[in-house]
Amino acid sequence: MSVTNEPVLEVRDGAVSLGGRPILRDVDLVVGQGEVVALLGANGSGKSTLVKAAVGLLPLAAGSVQLFDRPLHAFEDWWRLGYVPQRSTIAQGVPATVREVVAAGRLARRGPLRLPRSADRRAVREALETVGLADRANQQVSTLSGGQQQRVLMARTLAGGPELLVLDEPNAGVDLISQQAIADALATRAAAGSTILVVLHELGPFEPLIGRTVVLREGRVAYDGPPTHLAGAGHLDAGHGEHCEPGEPIVHVPPMSGLLGEER
Amino acid sequence: MDILTAAFMVRALIAAAVTGLAAPAIGTFLVQRRLSLMGDGIGHISVTGVALGLLTGTSPTLTAVVVAIVGAVAIELIRASGRASGDVALALIFYGGLAGGLMLVSLGGKGIASINSYLFGSLLSISPTDVWVSVGLAGLVVALSLSLLPQLFSVSNDEDFARTTGLSVRFYNVLISVLAAVTVSVAMRTVGLLLVSALLVIPVATAQQFSRGFRSTMLAAMVAGLLASVVGVALSAYADLPPGSTIVLVALLGFAVTAPVGMVVQRRRLARVPFEMAEPPAEQAVEEPHRHAHGPGCGHLAIEHGDHVDYIHDGHRHAVHGGHYDEH
Repeated sequence: MSVTNEPVLEVRDGAVSLGGRPILRDVDLVVGQGEVVALLGANGSGKSTLVKAAVGLLPLAAGSVQLFDRPLHAFEDWWRLGYVPQRSTIAQGVPATVREVVAAGRLARRGPLRLPRSADRRAVREALETVGLADRANQQVSTLSGGQQQRVLMARTLAGGPELLVLDEPNAGVDLISQQAIADALATRAAAGSTILVVLHELGPFEPLIGRTVVLREGRVAYDGPPTHLAGAGHLDAGHGEHCEPGEPIVHVPPMSGLLGEER
Repeated sequence: MDILTAAFMVRALIAAAVTGLAAPAIGTFLVQRRLSLMGDGIGHISVTGVALGLLTGTSPTLTAVVVAIVGAVAIELIRASGRASGDVALALIFYGGLAGGLMLVSLGGKGIASINSYLFGSLLSISPTDVWVSVGLAGLVVALSLSLLPQLFSVSNDEDFARTTGLSVRFYNVLISVLAAVTVSVAMRTVGLLLVSALLVIPVATAQQFSRGFRSTMLAAMVAGLLASVVGVALSAYADLPPGSTIVLVALLGFAVTAPVGMVVQRRRLARVPFEMAEPPAEQAVEEPHRHAHGPGCGHLAIEHGDHVDYIHDGHRHAVHGGHYDEH
């Protein structure tokens, strides 16, 4: 699929090995300015690995990653990137308030040894309002539900005001209220022109946002195109031949959602 | 009150107070990173440092600081390289440092007794120079812990995310290790190398029962550490007890006394968390027509549910009901 917009995230011939085992091979993924791309695939197909490599958390065995036209090793404008991990350690160890965790998202813009300015405080407050947790700012993160903690992760990234959002399964194991809150927050960012790459297991409440889907299978790109080409748009069926409509590409996306079989 | 104003006692009180402030400040980051025993590991390595000092005739405090920093950075690098987990990395350095130190002392022809004052502390014989060195080093630890709190918190709280905000995770992790090593060398004179870790960890454990935030935990832990140190020294002076172990026992007592209160506070706090109510109907008809007919071998996970079978479909449980499917 050709991208006419200026690319903000580019993976070329990407290969990643974990513990000597190849996870990704020959992956090309280009996300253009303003695009909203869903990255789909079965468990173990390499979705999370791909986004982690794209934001510099995993080394590439081959190929290259470019963020905003700079090779990853030379990339310095980290405030332009907003990564939302799938799981986090924010609720472990010493207590921390919601506000403290979200304020960590400002550090790409706020250098060391500088006190927070009113702009920093306002960004934290607005990010919490966006995900519907404004009244929880002083609460201890570990007392929140899993879905609320996922919203805290979302708010932490939003607080940095990034141009490119990369989210790793923001709706895995998350209650419906939180899924909707996260989808709404993303819709606002997308309308404001942000570029979004989101790993999903099922489109769910994100469906109206998605402009393009990329499906990974066994570490390679199996499909890259508009979401309507997938079976029933958003109803990603298992593709067991017999109940597929004629002409639909067979895309092996497992019927299981994060409900039961998710690897933790 | 005379005994507390004697010159050696004033020096002991100052040294204990700054140790009590600095140790929990850096200890908060160690507890967050699940490296509570790091202080112990560094303490053991410092034995080698002390032995080197005694053998070469240089100041054991100086050699201990240098060796402790080298060891702490080694622990961090082993941990970060992923070759051994944090606790295994600690154990490797831990025993190497202790055995090496004891061996050096023996080879040097000095009795093991010569390192006793470092193992168990020698607060009452601390010299004016040592007090100033302690104040300076502890001040450095407190100043850096507080001024770089946002960065150190981010790196300890979620290392991967911190990396994607452009923070140099390795730099801050090594900084935490170096500050821990410096703190251990300061506390060596107060409570001794064998009890160092107690001052790094116990006040944090006491504080986090009551606090909701990271910064408030750190500040409360510093107050708890300060109180335990000062009360411990005063108590040891009046009751003629060894100051190091008295300080640690007072800190532990503080934890034990506050633990029941802390449990009540935490239970109350959890009970007061408002519950978010969703309004999904208990049973919900699936959008018709449902294109796929569930049955044995249809590819969807089948789950027995009372008198019928549900099929896991797209994250929902579908149950055959008449000509359609219910969501269960």
